[in-house]
This record gives sequence, structure tokens and C-alpha cells, in this order.
Amino acid sequence: MPEQPTPSVPQSQVISRRRTPLSAVWVIPIIAALVGAWVAVTRILDEGPKITVIFANAEGLEAGKTTVHYNGVDVGTVTGIHLTADHLRVVLTIQMAPKTDDFLVEDTTFWVVRPRISGANVSGLGTLISGAYIGMDIGQSKQARREFAGLDTPPVVTPDAPGRFFRLTTPELGSLDTGTPIYFRRLQVGQVVSYALDDDGKALTIKVFVKQPYDKYVTRDTRFWQASGIDVSLTASGLSVQTQSLLSILIGGIAFETPASDPPGDAATADTEFTLYGSRTDAFQAPARHPQKFVLVFSDSVRGLTVGAPVEFRGIPIGQVSAISAQIDAKTFEFSAPVTVELDAQRLGVQLQDLPPDADLESLRRDVINRLVAHGIRAQLQTGNLLTGALFVTFDFHPEAPPATVDWSTQPPRLPTAPGQFQALEARLANIVKKIDEMPLQAIGNDLRKSIADLDRLLVGAEATLDKADTLVDNADALIQNANRMVEPNSLLGTELATTLQELTRAARSLRVLTDYLERHPEALIRGKTGEAK
Amino acid sequence: MSAAVSAIDLGLQSCEVCALPSRPAPGAERGRCPRCAAVLDFRKPASLQRTWAFLIAAAICYLPANLLPVLTTTTAGGTESDTILQGVVLLWSPTGWPLSLIVLVASIMIPSAKILALAYLLISVQRGATCNEPQRVQLYRTVRFIGRWSMVDVFVDTFTAALVQLQPLMAVEPAPGLLFFAAVVVLTMLAVESFDPRLIWDAGRTPEVAHA
Repeated sequence: MPEQPTPSVPQSQVISRRRTPLSAVWVIPIIAALVGAWVAVTRILDEGPKITVIFANAEGLEAGKTTVHYNGVDVGTVTGIHLTADHLRVVLTIQMAPKTDDFLVEDTTFWVVRPRISGANVSGLGTLISGAYIGMDIGQSKQARREFAGLDTPPVVTPDAPGRFFRLTTPELGSLDTGTPIYFRRLQVGQVVSYALDDDGKALTIKVFVKQPYDKYVTRDTRFWQASGIDVSLTASGLSVQTQSLLSILIGGIAFETPASDPPGDAATADTEFTLYGSRTDAFQAPARHPQKFVLVFSDSVRGLTVGAPVEFRGIPIGQVSAISAQIDAKTFEFSAPVTVELDAQRLGVQLQDLPPDADLESLRRDVINRLVAHGIRAQLQTGNLLTGALFVTFDFHPEAPPATVDWSTQPPRLPTAPGQFQALEARLANIVKKIDEMPLQAIGNDLRKSIADLDRLLVGAEATLDKADTLVDNADALIQNANRMVEPNSLLGTELATTLQELTRAARSLRVLTDYLERHPEALIRGKTGEAK
Repeated sequence: MSAAVSAIDLGLQSCEVCALPSRPAPGAERGRCPRCAAVLDFRKPASLQRTWAFLIAAAICYLPANLLPVLTTTTAGGTESDTILQGVVLLWSPTGWPLSLIVLVASIMIPSAKILALAYLLISVQRGATCNEPQRVQLYRTVRFIGRWSMVDVFVDTFTAALVQLQPLMAVEPAPGLLFFAAVVVLTMLAVESFDPRLIWDAGRTPEVAHA
């Protein structure tokens, strides 16, 4: 150094320490870099798959906030919400949690959980506070997938739940909804999963789920019916009210039962289609497996007969009316109403024992029906309800009916009929009228008139007789008056009569004295009264 | 060319702590201040190296500090993690924008400005720039002054986390980003401390004075 330091400046003390060329401080940025790199790497490695799900709308969903839940576990977050190119639907971009790749397979489903209150189901109440979230269900497939179409309604039953799905067809939905309970012997065993209108728009198909182990009670003979309301029926034993449960009254329900008489059938396979009947009665009245059609030609009026009206055999339902038409004979102008009925011969319980294995069932059946008809079985219209005039078809034996046969040539075969009750009544009345007609009313009238004339004459004679009778009565009256006068107290006759009676009394006393004396002195009759007589 | 004469020009070492100038120790050994026993150097040893090291570390930490969430809010509605920038966006509203601006300035702009300012000072010193010396010294002083206030964010965060513990209704917890944010603040402060502002005017001095 060029200048000398001033002497007053003190000398620094010496420390012995070697200097390293590179500062140890460089450890700090290295550590920072390592930590930063580690954070970055774990972030990238932990980054789960990104997926897109398409929904109808994104109501209640928020990018960055809405989460994806699986069994209540947060497995992802919605990172973006965009409209599709056609602006009709929304696309959600979802960042899934790490290690969720195996969740995202072909049949994995997503749906939005919002608060839902529908009948039996109150779900997603938590979302009232937390906002909607996305529910998911992991599929069974092994095929990975990253783009999904979200469900519009949450699935009621998760696909891996043990049990079976069945399909019910019904003309109308009624009060059913997804989640509507299914009852078996009033035990809730399943629920309605979904429903859809058929392509032709004529019926609905309801998909139901029956839990294990109850699904085995669903056989091919099982009848399903709407247990929505109260089924009131008046039977010989009194009024019976049938309901499934209070809940089903409020929100509807479906019940099923297998007819007890049938031998226990095989359990129905999944997705078997059943008919959903309106009530239990309907369900059990409905034709079973092989309804056979017959045509019945009635000459009576079929007013009051409706399609679906029951067909009974002596009170046992054996089928129902399936069609009613009308025809007029061109030659005779005779009106008739062919009624097509569906009969379930099995309900008649025809006993076909000792059936050879190769028997021709069809001919056997024909034979049985032919013989029944020969024994006088006839179809007849009867009034089921006097108020409404509703008719039903009944089969019964009419031994007095004119012989008839089954016409097997027509399709469907034609069974003979008998006139209905009212028709029979009409015939009887006509008979009476005819008899009345046949009566000789003219002659009777003439006779009657003659008789009346005779009677008139008779009456004139009677009048004269009566006049004479009047005179007679007058005479009698005078007679009685005279008699009255004679018996009056001061009349001459009366006085004389009194005197005579006094005399008579006296005479009677004398006679008694005499008889008394004679009794005591019988000799006096001969000797006369003696002096010593007292 | 600096108008003023530096202690180093006179071959003296100035004490960092008590500012007592003293003659350097004989030979290549470092001396100790005779008054306060602080280690004496002509200039802070390896100042540029150390400052660079701290600055690079701070810059590295700056990224996760802004990318990772600093605060996790758990409410009945769910858990939400917010980064600083998300907080700024969240606060940005017709009425709340001043607050949002404060957060933006204090938590995002100032740390980055500090890093950039220090980097500028270091580069200018290394390149031997001689211009704007007073402004650069002023810049250094400003950076140093701000440094002590930068921890406010961290304190606010931790206080909030400690106070808002309304389980199960609501809970606030610090998230990993906060740790990095604190690291940025600490590292920039260390960088400022290890920078020797005398180097700013050393460049204009006689070339034979090497950096210590």
C-alpha cells in the first residue's frame, strides 16, 4: 500500500484460520434446489389422471371447488367447466387424485350429487351446505378410459350390489319413481332403479332391483303389482283393507308374490320381463302362461261388457274378455256380438291323470271341451253390478239348453252360448204376454156384459122385494107398539094380570098348605079334617 | 472514480460492528477488532459468492412459495387450499380491491422485486459498473429495510391458523407453500446481509484492490 497508516491506529489481532476458495454457503441454494426439486417431483408423480366428464348442466358445480367422491372419499377435483362445442352440454375437467388410474375404466359412472327429496329417498342433504359434488362408481371393466358421459340421475343401486335386476312393463307410471321400494311379504327387498318409455310410446319399462337373497323368490310365475294405495275389498268374511306399508301409501310401491298353487318354479333370470299389474287382484286374475282364445257369439246386447271383464266358471275367474265386436247377418239381418275371451284352462284344474307321454295335448283338450259342451256347458252374459249394469261372462251347465257343439273351424274356436239372465227373463215375459194374448177376452167381455144385464134385472126385482120388506117392517113396528102399550104399568091388562097373579099366588099357598096337611095327615084324605088339627 | 477516500485505500480495515478502523493483521491472517473482537476484513469475505448463493436459494424457493397453497381452510363445506395468487383473486372485488392490492404488492411483488434488485446489484458489482453508485446504495438500503417487514405475511398466516380453530366448523392450517414463502424471506434477508455495499463503489477505485 502506498501510504503508511497513522501510528495511532492499533494493530489487529491475528487469528489463524484458513480460507476455503468456495464458500460453504453454496450448500444453501443446493439444499433449496434439492427440496424444490423433490417437491416438484412428488407433485408431478402424485399428479393423478385428468379426465373429462360430460353432463347436461353444471348447476352447483364450481371449478376448483367441486370434488369427486367415491364412497365418501375425496378422489378428485373439478378443475375446469366448459361448454361443449354445440353449447348443449358441459364438459368438466377433473383432476383425479394420485393412484386412481384403475378407477377410471370403461363402465365407471359419474353423477352429480345434489340434495334430492323424492319419496322414500332423501339424499345428498350434506350438499345443502357443502354444495354439489360428483359421485362416482367404479366399473368392473379393465379397459381404461378418460372421457366419460355423466349420469343425469344418481344410480339408486350400485352395480356391484348383490341381487338381480328385472324389468316390468306397465301402461302408466303411477306414483312410481326411482327409489320406490319393492315389497315381498311387506318386507322391503329392493327398489325401482330406473324407468323409460318404450320406443313405441305405448308402455313404460321399469327396471327394478331385488336384493339378495330375496331375488330367488322371483320366479317366472311371480306377479308384480302396484302397491301404491289401499286395496279395499268386501268379501264374505267382511271388509278387508290391504296395504303394503304406510310409506307405500304415501309414495307408492311395488309388491310381488308368486301364486302359491303353482309348484315352486325356477328363479327368474336377471332382466326377465314381467307385467306390472294395477292391483293384487288384477295380478292374480291375469291369465297365466297359456291363455287360449275362444269366441262367444251372443245375440243379447253386450252393453255393459267391457274388454277386460272377467270370465268366470261358477264364480271362479278363468279368463277375461279380450275383444268385443259386432256383426249383422246380411241375409237374416240378425244382430250378434262375437266376444273374444282369453281362457286359462289351467285354472279350471282339468285333471289329466295317467297321461301317456306321447299324448296329443291339443286333441285331448278339444275332447275335454267337446264333452263339456255336450254336458251342457254354455257361456252366458250376467250382470255383475246392478247399479252400473256391468256385464261379465260366466260359464255354467245348462242341461236344458238345446244341444250345441264347439265350432273348431273358426279361428279362434267358437263356443256355444246361452241367453243371458235378462234375455231369459225377457223370453218368459214374452211367453206370459203371448198367453195373455191368446185369452178369449172378447167372449169374456160379452159374457160379462150379459151377466151384468142379468144382474141389473135381478136388482130391479130386489128393489120391489125391498119395498115389501119396508111395509113388513112398518107392520112389525105397529105390532111392537101395541104390545108395548099392553104391558104398560097402568094398563088394564097389567092390572088384571097383577090380580090374576095374586090370585094364583094365593091358590099356590093354599095348595102348599093342603099338601103339607096331607103329608102329616094322609088319612084326612079319607076321614076329612079333624077337629084336633092344629 | 470515487471522490471520497475509503479505509481500504489507506490500508485500514473498518470494523463491521463498531466501525473502528484498524490496521490489518500481518501476513495473510485475518484480524480481530481490538475494541469489540469482531472479525475484521477489508470487505465481507466471499460477499458476492454468498449473496449469489442465498439469492439463488431464495429464487428457487420463490417458485413453490407461489405455486403451492399457503393456507388450507376447512369448513363444513369442504377443504380449500389457496395459493397466494388465489388469495389475491379471491379478495379482488369492487370493494375489496385495495386489500387485494396490498397482498399482491406485499406477497408477490416485493419478494420478487427484492430478488431482482439484489441480482441487479450483484451483476453491476461483478461487471465493475461505476454509474449510479448513490442510487444503487439507496436501492441496497431500501431492500435491506423492507427485508424485516417481509415476514409479516408469514406471521399473519400463522396467527390466523392458530386463531381460527373452530373445529368442526372451520379450521385454517398453514400449507407447505408458507414454508417456502418464509424461506424466501429469510434467504433474501441473508442475501442482503451477506452483500457488502462497499463493493458498489469499490469498482470505481484503483484496480489493484482485489476482492477479498
